[in-house]
Amino acid sequence: MQSGKIVVENLYKVFGPHEQEAITLLKQGWSKDKILAERGAVIGVSDVSFSVEEGEIFVLMGLSGSGKSTLIRLINRLIEPSAGDVFIDGQNVAKLPHSQLIDLRRRDMSMVFQSFALMPSRTVQDNAAFGLEVAGVGRKEREQRAMAVLKQVGLDTFAHKFPHELSGGMQQRVGLARALAVNPSMIIMDEAFSALDPLKRREMQDVLLELQKTHRRTIIFVSHDIEEAMRIGNRIGIMEGGKLIQVGTPQELVDNPASSYVRNFFETVNTSRYLTAGQLKADSVPLYVHNGKAPDALKVCQDLQALDKHYAFVVDEEKRFRGSISLERLALLVDNGRTCALEANLLKQIAPLTEDQPLDQIIERLVDNEGPMPVVDSQGFYAGAISKGRLLTRLQEE
Amino acid sequence: MSKELDLGSWVNDVVQHLLENYSGAFDSLGSVVSGFSEGIEALLMLPPAWLLIALFVGLGLWRIGARFAAFTAVSFVLIVLTGFWEQTVVTLGLTFSATLISLLLGIPLGIWSARSERVAMITRPILDFMQTMPAFVYLIPAAMLFGLGRVPGIIATVIFAMPPAVRLTNLGIRQVNKEIVEAGQSFGCNSRQLLFKVQLPNAMPSIMAGVNQTIMMALSMVIIASMVGAGGLGNDVLASIQRLDIGLGFESGMAVVLLAIILDRITESFGTTRQVTHKTTWYSWVSAKLKFQRQ
Repeated sequence: MQSGKIVVENLYKVFGPHEQEAITLLKQGWSKDKILAERGAVIGVSDVSFSVEEGEIFVLMGLSGSGKSTLIRLINRLIEPSAGDVFIDGQNVAKLPHSQLIDLRRRDMSMVFQSFALMPSRTVQDNAAFGLEVAGVGRKEREQRAMAVLKQVGLDTFAHKFPHELSGGMQQRVGLARALAVNPSMIIMDEAFSALDPLKRREMQDVLLELQKTHRRTIIFVSHDIEEAMRIGNRIGIMEGGKLIQVGTPQELVDNPASSYVRNFFETVNTSRYLTAGQLKADSVPLYVHNGKAPDALKVCQDLQALDKHYAFVVDEEKRFRGSISLERLALLVDNGRTCALEANLLKQIAPLTEDQPLDQIIERLVDNEGPMPVVDSQGFYAGAISKGRLLTRLQEE
Repeated sequence: MSKELDLGSWVNDVVQHLLENYSGAFDSLGSVVSGFSEGIEALLMLPPAWLLIALFVGLGLWRIGARFAAFTAVSFVLIVLTGFWEQTVVTLGLTFSATLISLLLGIPLGIWSARSERVAMITRPILDFMQTMPAFVYLIPAAMLFGLGRVPGIIATVIFAMPPAVRLTNLGIRQVNKEIVEAGQSFGCNSRQLLFKVQLPNAMPSIMAGVNQTIMMALSMVIIASMVGAGGLGNDVLASIQRLDIGLGFESGMAVVLLAIILDRITESFGTTRQVTHKTTWYSWVSAKLKFQRQ
């Protein structure tokens, strides 16, 4: 068994008749469409396995009908699984007796909904206290705890209003407060911010990320918004036709999409934001090795003029970056009448970029520095250079 | 008229059989219903006319507004002046007792059919039958089984007026937003908590609409039930028909109409305002009015 806060193993959900037969047929390689046509059974979730680490935000993505909403409802068993296991802290939820399931839901898990799903006849405070009320917490204590979580989401002054008196964003803050009030170790969020306008959506993402900073909870977040997934997700799982087809960090999915379906998700996104120095580097700057003997200034100057380049880099025999020099400076050195060796004191010292540095930091360094920036790998060896021209060309390609 | 199939005689046989074998059960059921409705009538007769009128006017003022309160006051005064007050109170008592019995049976049945497909499947055709069968027809077996008087009137009224309470309770619960029900479940409601904390509160507007319809149907049936001697305004309506007395018919008919309008508007207000405004309890309303007066 895999380890993790939530472990899902070979989970299936079939809607309609002949559940078990449909699963057997799926295992024999029948397609979803064939099973629907010949057996009348709809495959909701098909052989899904994954695990979510403690304190992680795991985003499930997919087109509508891909089974992501069904999958999360199998995890807290709002929908009964047809086959497979769901372990939460090692306890198999799929096989839990009903009374223990209710106990687990009251104690340790909660859910946030796309349509907010607040009770219209309850005040904001009573809505926030709903889970505690169900769990049998006394009035005084649950009201105190409800106020505390409302304060966390910035709604304590609205405690005695009714949901319909609040804007959509504020209503979902109440939904979030209700989920937090029971102090669960995991929260399931079903398209929780999808009904909000883009500005409010970003604001709620910030609220969520801020809450995660103070108290890390395990969160499974369903979304169809790739920007949202990349912004808040530690890892993203992509679903297609009831199957989980790829799981990885945002970067891994951008770099190595498993199929065109996965790639299509990222097509609409400006992935250049996720470019790193390692992806942008090139051998565009002439390189000279200082192997005990410094390179000759006149030779470098002539080379640069011949190549129509403006800068040269110098590394030592171990390929560690030593410094950079511009054509103007070389010309001055050579102009003094005699050639000289390019010793370290003549070179301009620059702290190199590392390969994993993101775009915003690269831009910052390029703005501060006149010439191209050297890039080193994780061991500190020179790996290439990024010039302003190179960067602009790459951004245009994306 | 020759008959190939004599359904009617079978029904006669069934009623006859019930009468011969279970008359004791019907008698005791009858005395319970009779005692219940007499109690309610006595309760309504207890206060003087002006106090009962003031109660309705106050209710109208709280739930709807000053104009409706004025309308209520004028209507009741009109009824008192035309000399129909006592019959109106009797009719009100019959309507209330039939409505209460209908709701006591209908709402739980509605809840049950919302939770079980099988119950819903069985109740549906029965409700259709109860509602579409001409109302007069119930009076015949009711009178045979329970004798003449208020009891068969109330029993027939209950049968006629109960369907909307069942239907709209069932519908209301089934129409509660799916995610709200899921929210209830995901926070660990057991099935009793789900019913009382999630489904019923959210189905309230629909259930109240059912209550309103039940009252209106009960009122119309109580008038018809005067044919088996249920009493009240129906007696005057019936008498006016028998004597072709247009004047009496108009006066008693008007009393029925005014009573119907008042009951309809007041019960309707409980269904519609609940979900859109603050919870206005009567005491918060009174205190708000008093504050306004002081300023």
